[in-house]
Amino acid sequence: MSRVIAELLQPTCVLLNQKFENSEEIIRAIGTELYEAGYVKESFAEAAIDREKNLPTGLPLAGGFNAAIPHTEIEHVIKPALGLVTLTQEVNFQNMVNPQESVPVRMVFVLALEQPKAQIEMLQEIASVLQNPDLVGRILKAESFEEVISELRK
Amino acid sequence: MDTPKRILVACGTAIATSTVVAKGIEEALKERGIQITTRQCKASEVRSLVDGADLIVTTTPVPSDLGVPVIQTLAFLTGIGKEEVIEQIITALKD
Repeated sequence: MSRVIAELLQPTCVLLNQKFENSEEIIRAIGTELYEAGYVKESFAEAAIDREKNLPTGLPLAGGFNAAIPHTEIEHVIKPALGLVTLTQEVNFQNMVNPQESVPVRMVFVLALEQPKAQIEMLQEIASVLQNPDLVGRILKAESFEEVISELRK
Repeated sequence: MDTPKRILVACGTAIATSTVVAKGIEEALKERGIQITTRQCKASEVRSLVDGADLIVTTTPVPSDLGVPVIQTLAFLTGIGKEEVIEQIITALKD
């Protein structure tokens, strides 16, 4: 049950079964949606892209489908929100703990956090999603925002 | 009672992944009856905050010449190898 994630995901900021060339395009697309929905400042996307270059967020997961969780400093955020991208083809992110290593990713959660160390429930819920390969698989199959939310609320 | 061991928990921004890691360490060690305190910081702040820390746990690379054991791990986020990392943390705190 991922109640907080389900509440924070914004319909326009959930892009399902997409094809992107690289991590930068993904972050820019979601950053633009989060900005247009009023959750982040215009600077968010470029700040998150920059951060991803220096401090990457790719995470190899247990079930074979990997994820990334781009985010950036709180000053670029207006109020907390989450974006989600699922990909039909893997896109490389660099490994958080070992930036020289590429991680081919199918799922990207973009985190807009507005307070340090807050949103602990949301962060823990994201970790539990990442630790549940079946749920990751079902989210990757989802074809609508409603399907994603219903999987998260199960 | 022994003074709680101090663990510095680092990540890129000190707002997201270190929050999950700090909470995960606190819960795992509490279950085992081990007293610790955690402090979160950015990887770039580790050098200036290392004084007094018994261990550094980080999700992003940090310098290796800090004079304190460093454990780099994604286990608290991804679940992979989590039990092993908890054992590593406990061992590092005993030394």
